Amino acid sequence: MLRRFELRLPQFLLAIALMLMGLVFILTLRSNPLVIADKNLTSLAVLVSGLIFYTGVLIIVSMFQSETVLTIALLLPSMVAVAIFVYGFIGWSVRVSLSQWKGLNPDYTFVGLKQYIALFNNDPRFIIDIRNTVVFTVGFILGCLILGLGLAILLDQRLKGEAIFRGIFLVPMSISFIATGVIWGWLMNPATGNRITGINLIFQTLGLKSLISLWHSSPQPWGMVFTIIPAVWQLSGYTMALYLGGIRSVSEDLREAARVDGASEFEIYRYIILPLLQPVTLSAVIILGHMSLKIFDLIVALGNKDIRLDVPGIYMWVTTFDGTNYARGAAIGILMLISVAILVVPYLVQNMRTETEL
Amino acid sequence: MSSKKVSWGLFSLLIVAILVLSACGPAAKTPVATKSTEVEVFSWWVGPGEADGLAAMVKIFNTEYPGVKFVNAAVTGGAGTNAKAVLATRLAANDAPDSWQAHAGQETIATYVTPGQVKPLDDLFASTGFDKVLPKTLLPLISQNGHPYSVPVNIHRSNVLWYNPKVLSAAGVTANPKTDFKTLDDFFAACEKIKAAGKICLSLGAPWTAIHLFENIMIGTIGADKWNGMWTTPPTTDWAGADVTAGIANFAKALSYTNSDASTMSDWQPASKMMVDGDAAFNIMGDWAYGYFANPAPNGLALKPHVDFDWAVAPGTYGIFNFLSDSFVLPTGAKHPDATIDWLTVAASKAGQEAFNPLKGSICARTDCNQALFSEYSQDAAKDWTSNVVVGSLMHGVVAAPAWSTSIGTAISLFQADTSKTADFQAALVAACKADGTCK
Repeated sequence: MLRRFELRLPQFLLAIALMLMGLVFILTLRSNPLVIADKNLTSLAVLVSGLIFYTGVLIIVSMFQSETVLTIALLLPSMVAVAIFVYGFIGWSVRVSLSQWKGLNPDYTFVGLKQYIALFNNDPRFIIDIRNTVVFTVGFILGCLILGLGLAILLDQRLKGEAIFRGIFLVPMSISFIATGVIWGWLMNPATGNRITGINLIFQTLGLKSLISLWHSSPQPWGMVFTIIPAVWQLSGYTMALYLGGIRSVSEDLREAARVDGASEFEIYRYIILPLLQPVTLSAVIILGHMSLKIFDLIVALGNKDIRLDVPGIYMWVTTFDGTNYARGAAIGILMLISVAILVVPYLVQNMRTETEL
Repeated sequence: MSSKKVSWGLFSLLIVAILVLSACGPAAKTPVATKSTEVEVFSWWVGPGEADGLAAMVKIFNTEYPGVKFVNAAVTGGAGTNAKAVLATRLAANDAPDSWQAHAGQETIATYVTPGQVKPLDDLFASTGFDKVLPKTLLPLISQNGHPYSVPVNIHRSNVLWYNPKVLSAAGVTANPKTDFKTLDDFFAACEKIKAAGKICLSLGAPWTAIHLFENIMIGTIGADKWNGMWTTPPTTDWAGADVTAGIANFAKALSYTNSDASTMSDWQPASKMMVDGDAAFNIMGDWAYGYFANPAPNGLALKPHVDFDWAVAPGTYGIFNFLSDSFVLPTGAKHPDATIDWLTVAASKAGQEAFNPLKGSICARTDCNQALFSEYSQDAAKDWTSNVVVGSLMHGVVAAPAWSTSIGTAISLFQADTSKTADFQAALVAACKADGTCK
């Protein structure tokens, strides 16, 4: 690695100067917090000083004339940051989840899997959480895939104003789940009598009284099923975009060849395009699945922490911050991480394999 | 050649930059103004009424302690839930505010006293004579081992039955809620008439309001002494016993008279509004509802007391004051402990409480406030505050530690979903008490 080191004095001096400057700044900031207009900017200033210091390091590294060394040096800061802020904190959460920390003061006394066993053993609320997550995830993914594929096939017919429709279908994705939840909460208001409002009021006005529903306050599991509607409304457009991209990447030659061989338009979709869309479906399932396993904001906005619509994310929040049971909360968080990992890790592994093959 | 020129140019540019930066660097990095005359007070008083009350109290603080700068560190959102999460983070980072808002009682004791985050206030209570102007039944509820740990600024009442007189008379209810609901059965008899008239008897809101209802039904069933006995260590009221069973039965019956869409309501206001709109007859909610009914728009409905709405003590709880209170503490790690004492002195003072409470819509924790400053409801409540038996609220943090009340809340919500499972509910309450360590 160090075969070719070309010392260039000016750059070297510059690098040393930068490193010194960064160090001096950091040392100054240690004792003198930086406050501008009543805002404490110390942490930002430390970050900038660190970057100045590291720029000096990079200049020296670049003198080694080796791309590998430079690559490592350039990647190192983000790798360190990810190692600390992602994996470090995962590790820390695991440690907390194996402890008995309750209340403000940390208590890392090791109690093994006690918190996890308590969740699975005699916690009716966690059982509800698991059931709700399964119902929500399955319904949400299926709904988005079917609706998204349908919309994509419709848009693939090269109709006029395709861009406008694409825009309309995609807009809900740009809304936050909280807003979606609040608005759909109003629409799906289950009040009856003279307080009737939202979609139920439309049904009443149209004389479709049999369609008036309790919506998400229906007895379970139907209540949970209704929470899928806003989620599908929000993300089926995104799924459509994924599918449309996939469909458009199928070459026209292939379709033409099929037509020449006498395939109907339906058969073209069934036997040529759908099989080619499998990778798109897989990525859509991964993206939608990891969202629904971690769902929190939509359900909070819709259900106001109603226990019948409880999901692990809400239970974790309540346990940790309302109940100050940090160990139990961490255990719920780790279980959520594992559920997402089961979905994502095989996909990542497979991706890595195909990439190395290429 | 040219590359060498470029790097030299770059080099000189950077040297200049370094010189400029190091010249102005220290100037920009002026240290924080660490005047010892500053008090940072952390609260979640940002809404209408409460923020005005805080400002009024700060005004008094500024007149009495002109040398101390008041820093308002209020955090918005979630009725304090967000603020508590922020506070926990700050305490973990040893960055304690000089004083913070906490629900008086076990929420303060379990969360802050047991971990050693706050100091006892015996001296302050004695030197200001604060302990002499508080109801005697209050002190044990805000103390640990005989030491008070927080200064209650305001008092709210949980056991208030709000009702719509028009709905009652239309349904032919002759019983007077102010005197005739001596037991819950009296109340349920009125409910039957209202149900027959096609109205909801008892309106209920977001899931937490069911916990609020539970505590008042339980107190109405078993009385003040047995309610207090549920929270002593060890409990003198058996959680698995017949008293609690009777309370659960009444709670189930009360739930059967509530609106079916309760859980989808965003908070307590929609349920209270159902009552004043004439869709429901009764609503059991804390006395913060008064401001919502009586205040002018946009923060209130501008309704007339005794005509559009009226109030009584919750059924079966005559002579009982189920209280909750916001209070302030003296942190162990306060950066300006002297200024904190100044703040707490104002918070405990007659002038401070008289400035804060009329705006917040609560009553003074002190029993000697000038009643002319208060609304008609508050004057009513203040009379009861001095004469009634004071018991603590479960939902609002007085009687149980947060972990315990959270698991009770979970059990109540599960029960609300299926009110036939009374035995399961009682078993869950017993388990929650054991998990807390209060029950053996």
